[in-house]
Amino acid sequence: MKTAMFKIWRGDATGGKFADYTTEITEGMVVLDAVHQIQATQANDLACRWNCKAGKCGSCSAEINGLPKLMCMTRMNTLPLDKPITLEPMRAFPNIRDLATDVSWNFRVKKKIRPFSPRPPDAPDGTWRMQQADVDRVQEFRKCIECFLCQDVCHVLREHHKHEDFIGPRFLVYTAALEMHPLDTEDRVAELKQAHGIGFCNITKCCTTVCPENITITDNAIIPLKERVVDEFFDPLGWLWKKLRPKT
Amino acid sequence: MAEYETFEYDVLVIGAGGAGLRAAIEASAAGVKVGLVCKSLLGKAHTVMAEGGLAAALANVDDRDNWRVHFSDTMRGGQYVNNWRMAELHAREAPARVRELEAWGAVFDRTPDGKILQRNFGGHRYPRLAHVGDRTGLELIRTLQDHGIHQGIAVHMEHTIVSLLKDGERVVGAFGYDRERGRFKTFHARAVVLATGGVGRAYKITSNSWEYTGDGQSLAYHAGAELMDMEFVQFHPTGMIWPPSVMGILVTEAVRGEGGVLRNKDGKRFMFDDIPDNYKSQTSTDPEEGWRYTQGDKDARRPPELLTRDHVARCINREVKAGRGSPHGGVFLDIAWIKEKISNAPEHIKKKLPSMYHQFKQLADLDITREPMEIGPTTHYIMGGIRVDGDTQMSTVPGLFAAGEVAAGLHGANRLGGNSLSDLIVFGKRAGEFAAKFAKAHSAGNFYENQIDAMARQALEPFDRGAKSGGSAEGPYQVQHDLQEMMQSLVGIVRREEEMVRALDGIRKLSERAAQVAAHGHREYNPGWNTALDLKNLLTVSEAITRSAIERKESRGGHFRDDFPGKDTTFGGVNIVVQKGVDGSMQVRREPVPEMPAELKQVVEEMK
Repeated sequence: MKTAMFKIWRGDATGGKFADYTTEITEGMVVLDAVHQIQATQANDLACRWNCKAGKCGSCSAEINGLPKLMCMTRMNTLPLDKPITLEPMRAFPNIRDLATDVSWNFRVKKKIRPFSPRPPDAPDGTWRMQQADVDRVQEFRKCIECFLCQDVCHVLREHHKHEDFIGPRFLVYTAALEMHPLDTEDRVAELKQAHGIGFCNITKCCTTVCPENITITDNAIIPLKERVVDEFFDPLGWLWKKLRPKT
Repeated sequence: MAEYETFEYDVLVIGAGGAGLRAAIEASAAGVKVGLVCKSLLGKAHTVMAEGGLAAALANVDDRDNWRVHFSDTMRGGQYVNNWRMAELHAREAPARVRELEAWGAVFDRTPDGKILQRNFGGHRYPRLAHVGDRTGLELIRTLQDHGIHQGIAVHMEHTIVSLLKDGERVVGAFGYDRERGRFKTFHARAVVLATGGVGRAYKITSNSWEYTGDGQSLAYHAGAELMDMEFVQFHPTGMIWPPSVMGILVTEAVRGEGGVLRNKDGKRFMFDDIPDNYKSQTSTDPEEGWRYTQGDKDARRPPELLTRDHVARCINREVKAGRGSPHGGVFLDIAWIKEKISNAPEHIKKKLPSMYHQFKQLADLDITREPMEIGPTTHYIMGGIRVDGDTQMSTVPGLFAAGEVAAGLHGANRLGGNSLSDLIVFGKRAGEFAAKFAKAHSAGNFYENQIDAMARQALEPFDRGAKSGGSAEGPYQVQHDLQEMMQSLVGIVRREEEMVRALDGIRKLSERAAQVAAHGHREYNPGWNTALDLKNLLTVSEAITRSAIERKESRGGHFRDDFPGKDTTFGGVNIVVQKGVDGSMQVRREPVPEMPAELKQVVEEMK
């Protein structure tokens, strides 16, 4: 029987250390299976979040050998078993216990973004007409499972702790989904520049690399939003036009 | 005296999947103060796993569809033991609820003329499921979440409720703890809505997450409410079976809706061998006609792969038992074959079934555009649950409401795919509306300190045992595991009286073990402790399923008895109801299904 060694972070907000575990590996197993096996047989109180075990709910985010990943979608046969596998909680957020982190900041941030506000319905029965081609991009953004791995890897949050000034890739994608929604009538561009700190992103694309839903976060969401901010606030011709155009 | 924090609400909603969120939004819109409690983080509930779509007779794709067809499809699928009032309201109101989601920002796939696109699904006569690829559940929950967070609802994430509070006959709140710190909380409310989902974790092979431990059914039962139809458990025909670690994960019915076919190891489409009489007129016996149906030909009849889930699951079971199964004990589900029919098949499959493609590629190293999948039945859903009034969703206990999977009635003996997501929003809304009404009409009830002290003491017992025993007492995981094994083998897809009687004995022994399990460490985010407390709920619903299944001595829908393989008209007119007796034991009785009004009878007749 094959076995794997793990170094799993055991601790809480005050600190902690890695603990060693060895467990059996069977065909097709993912990291979350190994964690459950350890939990059931060796460490009943090992804390970790999970729900669907199919990459759809985004609960079991962790850092596996230092890389932000979903534990349920990381197969054991993709990891080298000759040395211990390290498992840590997401480091960009405060630790609650073991592999569970306090992600409440994300929920607070979302609440600050102006909600969806549709134009009046297109048809007398209160419905709208939209073409598939016009919603493809928004549907890409709406695939997001809110695992917050993009937030975890973003150096603006992780290294520079700009949580007060920058909403992070997840919420730039969220804003993009609203801004590019064919029915939405709100304008969030000024907030993107000011309160939401889009300028802090210097497009290193780390977020895109770790997204388990393969959303092209930087190219499809963040850069177009940055362009909108530039058009609105930094375009000299536009600025001149706004100054000179007759007031209506 | 137990230490606890108290919160005061008009309406307390327990569970934040589709039904709970929709109920909270509605109650809040009615102007009352709403609290929402959920076991996980917001937006992670099991609703995200729903793939295929929301059934609603919008008639965007086929203009012959209307609520009457949807109603009769639901009744036929449920084998006429459904609560007909719920089936009627559901069919009438689902279209408005779906349009409302669009107004709140949901982005459904579109028809060529820009309306919400609808797809075929098992048991639905016309293409009826509004969908977003195969991730419709995520779209639903995210839409409700993103709308809900701006409605002034107080959300308590990662909280477990261990008991409901009562004042006389009435439910007046709930007692629980936060999972993060293990601190006790009392939620005082004029009305309580249960929206806690199902019971899949009572079985070994299930598509359900850890949360599905029958909490709502158990909380309601212990508070005196009646449970109904608990014998009707849906085994979804297509769950992953290989590799072992993914066993049970759902493979959406949309694979068959898009043209996927079922084959045994000899390559035979075995579903053609057994088409039930009441579906013969609408089911094709010609593979070519079946294919045309999946591609939107309005004159074609559906292929037998799109018969109801109970039937397809049993046919798969039969093939496997007869030695015609796949290498790992299932059958083959093939969507790759459509390359014979359309030129860009791989791209088409990836577009229509993106998360299925992803799921198999990543978890099973299998490319569904090239190879068939190996699948087998998985415990998916419970049609039974808390017995409610069809209009108001109030249980038999005043002040206690239920919506979604935790409630019984809409689906009868078998649920049609797509009718669950629509159930959540139709009856979530109704539960919220009537809970708010109830709250406005009633004063806040009283609850008693000693009631809470006893609950707190009980909740902490696993730690006491852990401390006393050192390391020698049993942990909760083995008990849970043994229960799942037993329910799977003795009260599963095919049932027999003597096996179920053995299961009852097993449940009794497991209950004794559960009463002795120990937890170690402290209360903060401790999965061992949480699991120890879940056991009571799992055992309660397991007993209710088993006793109800013994009582129904016939086969109908999701309930199949080897010793009574046929339908029995006597049982066709009854629902099985369980309730806690005065001595604390579980009482089972038969209740006649209420007579359907003439108008609805006529609809059923017309659609036959």
